[in-house]
Amino acid sequence: MEFDKELDARNLNCPLPILRCKKGLSEIQATQTLKVLATDPGSVKDFQAFCKQTGHELLQLDEADGLFTFYIKKRVA
Amino acid sequence: MAKKLALIASKGSLDWAYPPFILASTAAALDYEVEIFFTFYGLTLLKKDISDLKVSPLGNPAMPMPVPMPNFVQMLPGMESMATMMMKQKIADKGVASIEDLRTACLESGVKLIACQMTVDLFDFKPSDFIDGIEFGGAATFFEFAGESDVNLFI
Repeated sequence: MEFDKELDARNLNCPLPILRCKKGLSEIQATQTLKVLATDPGSVKDFQAFCKQTGHELLQLDEADGLFTFYIKKRVA
Repeated sequence: MAKKLALIASKGSLDWAYPPFILASTAAALDYEVEIFFTFYGLTLLKKDISDLKVSPLGNPAMPMPVPMPNFVQMLPGMESMATMMMKQKIADKGVASIEDLRTACLESGVKLIACQMTVDLFDFKPSDFIDGIEFGGAATFFEFAGESDVNLFI
């Protein structure tokens, strides 16, 4: 999947992956995609909740060997 | 319109420093407007140097310990320092943010930090003891924001 910026949030615990994600989104343009790598199992529900509440779109979520990869499309304005 | 979160932080130990800063920084990331009112021991969390926050196993029976320890052992000199050291090590090992980092995240994301003026007077603190960027106020100041908040928590 294509993305515009990648963010490594591996080995970080709640709430750091979300805080870093928020910062990462502020550094890209609307409709661009941020890829986030995380290892915190709680991040799956947290990223879903984050996107639902902020209006950013969770395009895809991959899981492999305890590594979670999120693709998040930044909302317009 | 943005949702609002109002917190009261009343505790100043290393463990209890986490909930207000975690909730506040996360709510800010979720586009909430956030205000934390620091009162009594919670006021400690606004001091310039918070590297010396401590956690005590004494009177804290749910704190996981490597070996079971009766209360009278926990009150021996050095036990609090040891528990604090172990907690800090665990925090680092597990990738949990430090309190300093979470507080910085709060400040950077526009969380309003209010120091309880009465507590400042009560404990003879000086305004210069605290970090920049905070405000001083009382209960009425808290209610001005809390009264129109969506979530209010006392911690």
